[in-house]
Amino acid sequence: MQHLPILPILLPLLAGVFLLLPPLTQSIERQRVVAVLSSVVLVFIAALLLLASDQQGTQLYILGDWQPPYGIVLVADRLSTIMVLLTAILALAAQLYACAGDDRKGMYFHPLFMFQIMGINGAFLTGDIFNLFVFFEILLIASYALLVHGGGKQKTKASVHYVTLNLIGSSIFLFALGMLYGTLGSLNIADMAIRVRALSAEEQAIVKAGGLMLLVVFGLKAAMLPLNFWLPRTYAAANAPVAALFAIMTKVGIYSILRIHTTIFGDGAGELANIALPWLWPLSLLTLAIGTIGVLASPSLRLTTANLVIISVGTLLLAIALHNEQATSAALYYMVHSTLIAGALFLIADMVTAERGKAADRYVVARQMKHAKPIGILFFIAVLAVIGMPPLSGFIGKTLLLQATQGWVETSWVWSFVLLSSLAVLISLSRAGTTLFWRHSGERGSQDKLSPLKLSAVYLLLAASPLLVIFGGPVTEFTQAAAAELHGGQ
Amino acid sequence: MEEVYALCVGVLTTCGLFLTLRARTFSVVMGLTLLSYAVNLFLFSSGRLKLDGAAVLGQSSSYSDPLPQALVLTAIVIGFAMTAFVVILAMRSRADQGNDHVDGNIPSAPETKQRHYRRKG
Repeated sequence: MQHLPILPILLPLLAGVFLLLPPLTQSIERQRVVAVLSSVVLVFIAALLLLASDQQGTQLYILGDWQPPYGIVLVADRLSTIMVLLTAILALAAQLYACAGDDRKGMYFHPLFMFQIMGINGAFLTGDIFNLFVFFEILLIASYALLVHGGGKQKTKASVHYVTLNLIGSSIFLFALGMLYGTLGSLNIADMAIRVRALSAEEQAIVKAGGLMLLVVFGLKAAMLPLNFWLPRTYAAANAPVAALFAIMTKVGIYSILRIHTTIFGDGAGELANIALPWLWPLSLLTLAIGTIGVLASPSLRLTTANLVIISVGTLLLAIALHNEQATSAALYYMVHSTLIAGALFLIADMVTAERGKAADRYVVARQMKHAKPIGILFFIAVLAVIGMPPLSGFIGKTLLLQATQGWVETSWVWSFVLLSSLAVLISLSRAGTTLFWRHSGERGSQDKLSPLKLSAVYLLLAASPLLVIFGGPVTEFTQAAAAELHGGQ
Repeated sequence: MEEVYALCVGVLTTCGLFLTLRARTFSVVMGLTLLSYAVNLFLFSSGRLKLDGAAVLGQSSSYSDPLPQALVLTAIVIGFAMTAFVVILAMRSRADQGNDHVDGNIPSAPETKQRHYRRKG
């Protein structure tokens, strides 16, 4: 399969285009069938690509046979392929959930969803920093439209902030690219990593500024501390399936920091080695802290989940700041776990909202939920995973991360912040669960049956957590190989 | 030429940043537009400024780097689409919230509040 690396970009693109064309565009049923089918196919393709990258090494796809560093190249190594597979699984679940009715709330849900997946996959697979920008824009413009899907005051309000911030972010991205191209003379990431070693002193200053501006842009996407205030309101305002898909968007930022700041500005960059680390250390700890405070202060389940996303971002940034192979491997494991569980929690929050009438998902006394038991059990499993309690994947992810610390300074900072934040999440989510499921006014809500599609979407996401534990051995072997590949440099 | 060029980019960026920090959506959109102009000029200069340099080999004695021109073209197209989107969004926001403040509600000035209070008292 010579063309395998480009399929995760081509398939959603073609599916999105066909969904806009006549035989499909009038009928939502046909759109659903085609969209879900292509998502299933995408999961298979992503799995094949992952196997190929694991067994045959990094897959290079040189578009039009224009040889790098001049042509455009796609790089499918272990890190990219695991991210693509993660996106595919999350997207499938979100789409199944949307098919239960959320896609009727506005026009063109499925095509936009496909374009968003295309942008995300492209950002993970590209080996060229300008194409990273282009795919960022594709995923962003799809996300702008998806965010306002369904309409409403809250969504428009959140959307104005989100769009403005990201447009400024895009400008900074382009400024940084101009600086890097002007001095390094290349946009191919692997080529830039070689050229960065042979810079004169004046050029180094410009490249350093460019590299740090990239950190600002990726930090904005990832919701790193001073740039994270847009996230809770945006994610809480979005429709549930859209919010679930957005759980991967912050990870695009994390992935880009990993890719750019360990490949180009990694250990081999001479004077410019690890320029991001002095910033990442305090910012990751503070991100973790503010996420925790956010969780403690949140008045509703959706806001809590959005703040949990910030906590996971803080934890991942901390793992990047630790800057060793073991920590990166732990970060990859934790990334898979936290993305899927955050997605599941957004979906569960929506099911809770649907059952509680006007109280929605706020932590107030309201009428009794008709399906309190099934939803409660799902909520319990998701919460166990997200806190990091023993039988589930959160525990393994956090343990791997804690084990990766070296020396007492690192250990004391990382252990205290991660463990305290887990405790705070435990307290806050216990409070949330008791209020949502047990404190009710007695009157019973008359609600329809739980949609099997919605349930299966949540099952699919939650099943990942025990599976990540059962297949913990192969998964950690894979993430270790991916981390070794990233730190070894090519 | 370099000085004038750098000055242009600098002034555009400054005005753009100033306008994006304002409270009304119209000035924010204007600011974003100015920022994208500044970015396009900046990207163009990353291939060095050169007079009489064709981007095609063999057309003139000195040639200029064609890649920044391609990058600028892409950036212009994307910037154009984004501006169109943000204009529509600003109009939608104006319709939904009844005002054009970026936060959706106009904060009342402290003096007016005081006056109101005094009248009450």
